[in-house]
Amino acid sequence: MFDTQGMSQAAALSPDLLERVGVSTLTSWDDAGASALLPLPAALAGLFPEGGLRRGWTITASGSSSLILALLAAVSRRPGWCAEVGSPLLGSAAAAEAGVALDRFVRVAEPGEQWASVTASLLEAIDLVVVHPPVRASAGDMRRLTARARERSAVLLVAGDWAGKWEGAMVNLRVTAQQWHGLGDGHGYLQAREVQVQALGRGAAARPRTTSVWLPGAGGVVSPARESAA
Amino acid sequence: MSGNLNNRAVRTLAVWCPDWPVIAAGGAVDEPGAVLRAGRVFACSAAARLDGVRRGQRRRDAQSRCPELVVYPDDPARDARVFEPVVESVEALVPGVEIVRPGLVVAAARGAIRYYKGELPLLAKVSATVADETGYDVQLGLADGSFAATQAAYAAHVVPPGESADFLAPLPIRALDRPDLADLLSRLGVRTLGDFATLPRADVLARFGPDAAYAHDLAHGCEARPPSARKAPPDLAVEMALDPPIERVDTATFVAKTLAEQLHDRLVARGLACVRVSIEARTESGEQLARSWRHGGVSTAGFSSSAIADRTRWQLDGWLSGGIRSHHGRPTGGLVFLRLAPDEVVPDVGRQLSLWGSDFSGIGDIEQVERALARVQGLLGPDAVVTAVVGGGRELAEQVRLVPWGEPRESLPGDSCPWPGRLPSPSPATVLVTPRAAVVTAVDGSVVEVDERLTVSAAPGFLRIESRAPVEIVGWAGPWPLHVRWWDDAAARARARFQVSTADGAGWLLAFEAGRWLVEACYD
Repeated sequence: MFDTQGMSQAAALSPDLLERVGVSTLTSWDDAGASALLPLPAALAGLFPEGGLRRGWTITASGSSSLILALLAAVSRRPGWCAEVGSPLLGSAAAAEAGVALDRFVRVAEPGEQWASVTASLLEAIDLVVVHPPVRASAGDMRRLTARARERSAVLLVAGDWAGKWEGAMVNLRVTAQQWHGLGDGHGYLQAREVQVQALGRGAAARPRTTSVWLPGAGGVVSPARESAA
Repeated sequence: MSGNLNNRAVRTLAVWCPDWPVIAAGGAVDEPGAVLRAGRVFACSAAARLDGVRRGQRRRDAQSRCPELVVYPDDPARDARVFEPVVESVEALVPGVEIVRPGLVVAAARGAIRYYKGELPLLAKVSATVADETGYDVQLGLADGSFAATQAAYAAHVVPPGESADFLAPLPIRALDRPDLADLLSRLGVRTLGDFATLPRADVLARFGPDAAYAHDLAHGCEARPPSARKAPPDLAVEMALDPPIERVDTATFVAKTLAEQLHDRLVARGLACVRVSIEARTESGEQLARSWRHGGVSTAGFSSSAIADRTRWQLDGWLSGGIRSHHGRPTGGLVFLRLAPDEVVPDVGRQLSLWGSDFSGIGDIEQVERALARVQGLLGPDAVVTAVVGGGRELAEQVRLVPWGEPRESLPGDSCPWPGRLPSPSPATVLVTPRAAVVTAVDGSVVEVDERLTVSAAPGFLRIESRAPVEIVGWAGPWPLHVRWWDDAAARARARFQVSTADGAGWLLAFEAGRWLVEACYD
């Protein structure tokens, strides 16, 4: 009865046009009009069951700060807001090279004992919050922050030594092997690194996946190396 | 006297400080002094005039006539600035003054004459007040119209109403301050304003042009317009005297919030937004702390009232806990005075929301972000929430400047210049704030050293960081010398940097300085 031909044409609108008028071209849309999946670097998308970071998830990443920067860059570029709590050693120059927009990357490097309330406040408004707990988090803190991320549709990324033990994390990313290229015997410079990233999780991500990526590759961006599924 | 339909001359008072540029420069009336502009005398004091110095002379001529002549540099800004108190004291008595130039003000005087019940009482009051308040001697003149009043002030004369033309008649053409016209007219035989006034106006207009016609009106004592009064700039600052003195920061914050809302309302009523606000607090023992806050936020053009209240709270917190240094240190009494003044205002253009959803393609909303960040700043202080600006520099720490949220992210002049000696990209993802000690040994176990000629004693074989187990070095590059502040003996540092990659695949940035090895960064 209704003419639905026009509707399918809307889906065929070119991405450039949509981007110029300021409409996101991410894959899935829910009722709020905002996208439910945050973007990932293409090389790491294979590690996640849906190919993107679902909003409201808590994930952990251990073993590499560049991995965290790559995840931040994908969200920041889209454009979005990122924040980090408790990582004073994170290099801002490396963040800029990875593609993080520094004016939308907020750093609270030394929150002290209030790191949990600071993280909770930031989750209210910021899309991706990286937290590096200075002490082993209590079960109550872990539960509260995971719940806050879920209700505010933000993504909580836990880094650091105790990251692997965070309860309620959907995906745990780990760098299992790395190899730098570019240095010879008294000459050259560190140019690129091949890294194996493993993702273990719950639910849909229960099957462990591994992928090899250049982190950083040529030009400082993450790019896929030899693919290998576990 | 021909009646001119355009005559709007009103009873005008002129206040004239003779030789104002010399007085503003600091010269005394009885000392010979002169102000030069473009190599020629612009103004000179009475003593210099006695010696023969005249306006328009070259410096050499003036100094040859008066060897003790003190020459002051020309500074119109200083003249205006020093004249301001005189203007204010005249303005207090006769509102609506027009500053013709520093040294001469005119004002419509009819209201003041009525108020002071006579012309002579008004003149006495003005000259006494100016002399009392500023210490400068002025000459006053009263006539119909600004031009006639100015000429009357030069002669310190009161011209009765309606007799301006008769007063002006014997004055020379030079008084019109139009040298070309005066030159021409005097060569034609017209030497006084009276002679000029007898010429028919239409002929003057046809022969000499509209400016001469205007001068012709002036010579008659007719003015095209009354003095245009200057409007005092509105005072936008808000202040409150606190009685009894406030001891607690939260009460002070509450007062600050009320003041901030008053300030915000005043600005909004004028369509302005405040970009820089200065907050001043004073205690009962006389200690004072004033600080300026700049606005670098994105969502609004200027401060909101809650942002100003927040900054007051941080400033008072910082002062009470000894964080902010002021002349007197920590305050010893309660607060008695709080003042908020907008230092820099911009027109408030509001914010145009985008048509589709939020401003950033559906991800995030900047006002929410600013609110969340302000809350974190409230928990930890304004300097705890920062964004980074990557700029110039060779050392890793120098390259990054941390700007507190809310401050403007400015780039320094050196940021876009090339910096030879910088590390190649990719930059390390983990930069150690305090470098850790390490030991680099060669394959045979000896410690690797680098001498001043940058010769490495042996190829690095093993790296041991602090107390961990040694790892084998599989690749290394260096030494890359870095000599900072070589001109300053105390702060000079000479380092040789190395990049190494180890058997476990990790990459490190090491530095050899003064016989020791340090780990500066980790490429993880």
